[in-house]
Amino acid sequence: MKDLKNKYLNPYIAGFFIGLALIAAYYFSGEGLGSSGAYKRFVIASFDAVSHTYALKSHYSGAVVSNGHPLDSWLVFEILGVMAGAIISAAIFGRLEWKIGKSPKISNKTRLIAALLGGIFWGVGTQLGRGCTSGLIMSGMAVNSLSGYIGLVAVFGGGYLFAWFFRKLWI
Amino acid sequence: MGPLYPLGIINENVNLLIAFFIGIVFGGMLEAGGFTNTRKLAGVFYGYDMTVLKVFFTAALTAAAGLFIMHHYGLIDLTKIFYPHTYWLPTLVGGLLMAIGFLLGGFCPGTGFCAASTGKIDGIVFAVGVFLGIYFYAFTYTPVFEKFRNSTFMGQVNVADWLGISQGLFILIMIVIAIASFFFADWVQKKVNKNKSPEDLEELGL
Repeated sequence: MKDLKNKYLNPYIAGFFIGLALIAAYYFSGEGLGSSGAYKRFVIASFDAVSHTYALKSHYSGAVVSNGHPLDSWLVFEILGVMAGAIISAAIFGRLEWKIGKSPKISNKTRLIAALLGGIFWGVGTQLGRGCTSGLIMSGMAVNSLSGYIGLVAVFGGGYLFAWFFRKLWI
Repeated sequence: MGPLYPLGIINENVNLLIAFFIGIVFGGMLEAGGFTNTRKLAGVFYGYDMTVLKVFFTAALTAAAGLFIMHHYGLIDLTKIFYPHTYWLPTLVGGLLMAIGFLLGGFCPGTGFCAASTGKIDGIVFAVGVFLGIYFYAFTYTPVFEKFRNSTFMGQVNVADWLGISQGLFILIMIVIAIASFFFADWVQKKVNKNKSPEDLEELGL
C-alpha cells in the first residue's frame, strides 16, 4: 500500500467539512464546536469528585456543579467524538504512533518543556477569554459574533506580533 | 425547523449522541488536514506552511454562510442557539495569552487533544499543560481573575450590527478577504520555502 504518512487532505475540503459539522452542531443542538469547555468540565468534575462542597462553593465551578453532573455536557461528548475521529483518521493515514512532533533543530526536551508551558498559557487564556480557537473564534465567527472576531485578532494577530521571539523553536 | 434540541424536537440522549458523531467529523477532519503535526500548525506564523489559515477560514465562513442561508429560508432560528456575550478586554488579553501558548506549544486545545489521542507525546504534554493552566486559574479565580473576567461587558454583540452593515454583506466581505488571503498565503509559502530541500518539506506534505 502507498505510504500516506505525510499526505494530508486538501485544506479547503477539510475546512468545508468542519464548517458542515459546525452547521450541524448549531442545527441539531444549538451549540458551537468547542474544546477548552470540555477541558474545563473535566477539571470541574475532578473538584466535584474530591469535594462536592468545595466545587459548589468555588466561584469558578459553582454554577456548573449546581446544574447537574459536570460531565453531562454536550461538549464532553463532542470531544470524545473528536478523539475517536482523530484516531480513525490517523489509522487510515498510518499516523497512529508514539512520536514527538518538533522542528529538527531542537531537542526533545526543549520541545516538551515548550509544549507544557504553551499548554499552561492556553489553560489560563481560554478561561479568561471564554473559549479557544474553536469555541470562541470559529464558532463565534459562524454567527458573526463580535467576541469571535476579537478572539481572531488577539490569537492570530498576537501570534504574528510575538512570532519573532519564539522563532528558534520552529525555524 | 432548527435548532432541534433547544426546540424540544429531540431528547437529551439523542442530543449527546449527535455531539459524539459531530465530534468524529471534527476530529477526523482536523487529523486528516494535518493538525496533529505541530510543525504544520506553527507554520502559519512563520510562513512555511499556511494550512491553518486555509482550513480555519474555510470552516468558519462555510458555517457562517450556511447558517445565514438556512436562517433566510426559515430552517434555523438563530435566536434559539448559543450566542456568546462579549467582554472585550478579557477576551483580548486571554487571546494574547493564547497566542503565546500557540507559539510555545504549537497546538490549540482541540488539536492538542487530537495529537494526544493519536500518540503524539508533545500533544499529551501540551494537554497536561492546559489542565495545569486551568487548575491554576480555578484555584486563583476569585482573588486574581474574577473581577477582570467580568469587566467590559457588552452583551450579545453581532459584529455586522456593530459595524452598521447587513449580515449578508459582512459575510460576503469576509469571504472576499479570505479568498484574497488564500492567494497571499500561497505566495508567502512559496517564497519562504524556495531554498528548502524536499526532505525539509516532506513531513509537512507540501
